[in-house]
Amino acid sequence: MRPQSEAELAGIIAGATGPFHVRGGGTRAIGRPVAGEVLETGGLSGITLYEPGALTLVVQAGTPLAEVEAALAAEGQRLAFEPMDFRGLLGTSGAPTIGGVVAANVSGPRRVQAGACRDFCLGVRFVDGTGQVIRNGGRVMKNVTGYDLVKLVAGSWGTLGVLTEVSLKVLPVPEAAACLMIDGLSDAAAVGVMAQALGSPFEITGAAHASSGVDGHPVTMLRIEGFAGSVDYRAGRLQEMFADHPVRVERDPDRIRAGWAWVRDVERMHDAAGDVWRISCKPSDAPALTARLEAGTLLYDWGGGLVWALMPEGTDARARLGAFDGHATLVRGSEASRAALPVFQPEPAALATLSAGLRARFDPRGLLNPGLMG
Amino acid sequence: MQMPDPNPDVIARKARIVARLQKVLASDAVIHDPAETRAYECDALTAYRCPPLAAVLPSSTQEVSEVLKICHQEGVPVVPRGAGTSLAGGALPTADCVILGVARMTEVLETDYANRFIRVQTGRTNLSVTGAVEEEDFFYAPDPSSQLACAIAGNIAMNSGGAHCLKYGVTTNNLMGVTMVLMDGTVVELGGAHLDAGGYDLLGLVCGSEGQLGVVTEATLRILRKPEGARPVLMAFDSNEVAGACVSDIIKAGVLPVAIEFMDRPCIEACEAFAKAGYPMCEALLIVEVEGSEDEIAEQLGLILQIARRHNPLELREAQDADEAGRIWLGRKSAFGAMGQINDYICLDGTIPVSELPYVLRRIAEMAEGYGLQVANVFHAGDGNMHPLILFDANGGELEKAEALGADILRLCVEVGGCLTGEHGVGIEKRDLMSDQYGAADLEAQMAVKDVFDPDWLLNPAKVFPLDASERRRSLALAAE
Ligand SMILES: Cc1cc2nc3c(=O)[nH]c(=O)nc-3n(C[C@H](O)[C@H](O)[C@H](O)COP(=O)(O)OP(=O)(O)OC[C@H]3O[C@@H](n4cnc5c(N)ncnc54)[C@H](O)[C@@H]3O)c2cc1C
Repeated sequence: MRPQSEAELAGIIAGATGPFHVRGGGTRAIGRPVAGEVLETGGLSGITLYEPGALTLVVQAGTPLAEVEAALAAEGQRLAFEPMDFRGLLGTSGAPTIGGVVAANVSGPRRVQAGACRDFCLGVRFVDGTGQVIRNGGRVMKNVTGYDLVKLVAGSWGTLGVLTEVSLKVLPVPEAAACLMIDGLSDAAAVGVMAQALGSPFEITGAAHASSGVDGHPVTMLRIEGFAGSVDYRAGRLQEMFADHPVRVERDPDRIRAGWAWVRDVERMHDAAGDVWRISCKPSDAPALTARLEAGTLLYDWGGGLVWALMPEGTDARARLGAFDGHATLVRGSEASRAALPVFQPEPAALATLSAGLRARFDPRGLLNPGLMG
Repeated sequence: MQMPDPNPDVIARKARIVARLQKVLASDAVIHDPAETRAYECDALTAYRCPPLAAVLPSSTQEVSEVLKICHQEGVPVVPRGAGTSLAGGALPTADCVILGVARMTEVLETDYANRFIRVQTGRTNLSVTGAVEEEDFFYAPDPSSQLACAIAGNIAMNSGGAHCLKYGVTTNNLMGVTMVLMDGTVVELGGAHLDAGGYDLLGLVCGSEGQLGVVTEATLRILRKPEGARPVLMAFDSNEVAGACVSDIIKAGVLPVAIEFMDRPCIEACEAFAKAGYPMCEALLIVEVEGSEDEIAEQLGLILQIARRHNPLELREAQDADEAGRIWLGRKSAFGAMGQINDYICLDGTIPVSELPYVLRRIAEMAEGYGLQVANVFHAGDGNMHPLILFDANGGELEKAEALGADILRLCVEVGGCLTGEHGVGIEKRDLMSDQYGAADLEAQMAVKDVFDPDWLLNPAKVFPLDASERRRSLALAAE
């Protein structure tokens, strides 16, 4: 099914008798496999409103992300939360949609400084599991009028409603960028370096460490962005800060872009066999946690707060991690792994009750991506 | 302002309820003598008052849980309270309620500079959170003007903002985790020292829920390293339109000032009379502040001043030193005090798309004239968060007229694509206007969330939603007792 309007979508859901597998571009195929008729959002496409001077964009949910990014680029603006492209990691094809980005709350390396996708969502329209159209938030930068369902829906993977329109805050593309690289650090030393940089006044917009970089050796990357003079100044100050290490500085914008896309899209693990786990944790806990994991390959983003781990198929990473401040998601796993292990971290009982309660209210018949989040 | 009739059955059981509360709390933590409960009869929306049945001041999450269990069993409504600075009547009691104040819970539980967070009990004031990390040159970014007094508890409940939110975001963008007690006494942890939710973003849902989903007792807050320096520049224009266009051009140019504050003529005049900051007399003033090292400041201000000059400013005043910077902010910071000197006032905080600023300011002036009242505007222009201050004489019986003008202004904000409240919250003040912004289904979806967290509608029940919209739920809860 591919409704062409919000009203048509609402009608389809209201009159439905069986479950749906809600799909934007179909590129972010994570979660438990969903049995249901495919319900595509691609028919709901187009930019509704774009005011560069107010940094606001209102766009229909099925609009291809590429179209959104092109429109912003034409005005020298961008989605500051730097959404990851899942295609390479998951081996999916198709065109990611903006609704899919929001439904999965997809954020990239800049999350550590600028905020997550959910922080840039100003408003949503969605159709809930009863076929009711619901609006929340709006298109202004500050809004505390009633409950923030925008944040609830962002990251709910289509299980509470099908997004039809989102309003986003966008930001200007800075004039210049630089990437500082330190080679050969241990994971623990790298997390220390990243903490020091992130705790400086120099506004780091990316802090990542690959235990094996493009050339197979460890590399730690720090990004700064802004006006050219300011980037020069901060790059200098950071080099002084890490004078004990040989620091390479990359200033070529294309190479910087490619390097951070490599981190953002977890390229290191694209063609490697095995399951891929995504671990969100307290940054300084990361080295000890990963030591317990015994993973093949590791990529640390967000200063260590986000860890990507490549594990032998079927390994229960959570069993190895034990209890910790954070959660682990099985982002890429064979059908067998995903059937055997919960994809999303099981919640403590009280939270699971609240989540189930919300699902029962927004989708009482269990029609929308049933079982996807567990 | 209508409030639901108190439940006579609860009032009749006051002695028993108080006795049960006294069993789980220190003796001085249960306040029930009418002479003393009066201290909790209102928040900063002082036009509305009602002493509660009792007030309790627990010292720990465990005690909060005990209190809520008792109130849950007894069917007593609970109104959570931080410092009572809400401008929306969010902490206004009813005669049958227990005020649950977190004012005694002010501890810093953990500071972690490597991971850039602080964990505090929520009764701690906003400014003293920064105070706890200042020694290491860190700060907590959200800075409501009330920051000396207001508590993190209220900041979370209202999702409060401040002048510097243009760059750093509001409370929800700086909140990493909470410990919260549900109405039945269950303690839950949402979020923590990590950056995103593993399942639904319940933390994002709780922030801004005005004390209706649970009582927040502890919070993990993001702290940031202080910038190397900051400097404001003052710009004077001869019309609101031009000042508005200048704001838009600055934002578009890719500079991200930490603050862009806007004051109109009535506000400038009042502030000048009160604080003598030396402001030029004009139609509109902007204060734009940028941060960084000396060179970075110069680079950004250079660009901003270049943009401003294209709009024929009457005056551009760059702070040469700390003293001058202080004077530039002085007038703005004393705006509320200045207004309070002249008159009683209502402070609204509707938010509009920045492009609508000139139109909305013109319409506000016309509407005010229609009511025969004066409105001064001072606001966070970068994000369109207006603060029209409606001046009136309470003793002269002008409150109702001022409220009617306020409602008209807020409807105007909604009409042009904005919202009723950008940072103060709905409370009772904007409760009955919610239907102007949201349709029945939109409100129903929000109330469904409350059903999940607080099925008996005992937590702060008469706020946020129009009374007629929430009536069925509130009376079902009563009947179920
Ligand atoms: C002069 C002045 C200037 C102001 N400036 C600003 C400003 O710049 N920006 C801004 O955003 N606001 C501003 N405010 C409004 C107010 O200060 C904020 O809303 C503040 O966050 C309220 O905090 P509080 O601790 O005083 O909360 P209270 O007034 O005690 O309560 C506010 C709400 O929070 C709920 N609540 C309290 N504690 C808890 C808890 N533990 N768990 C769950 N819910 C709870 C209450 O039930 C109520 O609904 C200003 C107010 C004044 C008087």
